[in-house]
Amino acid sequence: MQHLVHLHHLLYVATGARHALTAVAAAGPGSSSGSPVWYHIINLGALTYGLAAIGPGVGIGLIFGRTIESIARQPEAAGRVTGLMWIGFALTESLALIGIAVPFFIK
Amino acid sequence: MSVVVAAEAAKHCDPNTSHVFSGCGFPAPSINDFYFTPLFKVGSIGFGKPGLLVVLSTIIVVVFFWFAFHSPKLVPRGIQNVGEMGILFVRDQILRPQLGKGGDKWLAFLVSLFFFIWINNIFGIIPILYFPAMAKYGYPVALAGMVWCIYMFLGMKHQGVFGYFKNMSVPSGAPWWILPLLVPIELFSNILVRPFTLSVRLFANMLAGHVLLLVFTLATWYLLSLSIGALFAATSFVLVILLTGLEVLIQALQAFIFTILTATYISGAYEPAH
Repeated sequence: MQHLVHLHHLLYVATGARHALTAVAAAGPGSSSGSPVWYHIINLGALTYGLAAIGPGVGIGLIFGRTIESIARQPEAAGRVTGLMWIGFALTESLALIGIAVPFFIK
Repeated sequence: MSVVVAAEAAKHCDPNTSHVFSGCGFPAPSINDFYFTPLFKVGSIGFGKPGLLVVLSTIIVVVFFWFAFHSPKLVPRGIQNVGEMGILFVRDQILRPQLGKGGDKWLAFLVSLFFFIWINNIFGIIPILYFPAMAKYGYPVALAGMVWCIYMFLGMKHQGVFGYFKNMSVPSGAPWWILPLLVPIELFSNILVRPFTLSVRLFANMLAGHVLLLVFTLATWYLLSLSIGALFAATSFVLVILLTGLEVLIQALQAFIFTILTATYISGAYEPAH
């Protein structure tokens, strides 16, 4: 049982719920006062970055997929196509990277 | 859970400095794991672990290529073979597709860039060292700043100052009424976003990889005991092994992407994109 408690604790902390733990400890276990625990557990920054990563994920998949497709159709154009692919990849991934940087600027 | 919480509250554990041996619950990795106390100081500059690793990687790259090519033979033997494999990889996979045969004078720069970044990334999984120096944002910024200076200078030299900014901001074939919207976006993207993403891509991948390995390594230690907890610890340990394999791939890939984008930007400075 002790280890299940440890694992539970681990999951809590891994999801950014350190505040939830201290809040629960301060209020005493089983207390229902104050903000709901889920409010502390869900790290909104992480959640938002997860949403922001959907678009670039789809975009990068499209870029590499279409490149493979076009090289399969016309192997002699491989050099030119991969060159353009890296430019498109850099542009698309910049959105995901801006998403990483934003929390450092906006507190 | 109340047992753990009570123990944590009783010790006044500071979540920012909690250590795996402190008994303060699970020491979740945080950004504090990327700050090291300086080991020694030269003047006012402190040398911590990341700085020493960067110096070490520089020494490794220089010494390796010096030993490989200080007396090159026509028929390569031993270490010269390995060195030639590395150089031919950069030339045929990165330089030639982007810059063509005329770009061979950039070979030395791209080879040193690739191997410097790659060796630094590999330090993230080498026992005892265990830290990718590129996870400190200062180092990728320095590299991307260098690349930015090179391609801006080259572009102005080969296309003229005015011509370079014109080719950069006005794509050929764009109708005139879209230009007020397009020109600021293109300038912003080419001058500011390029070096920013070039550095952040490397930095973020190394930081995230290091945190990922830390999470499961710390969990392996934290969950370890002589009962069912050993099962959790073993699962966590298997994940550490698998993720280390993933990291090997990502480290090489990020060094490759950084170098190939550098080559792309340099070739874009020689001739305007169509």
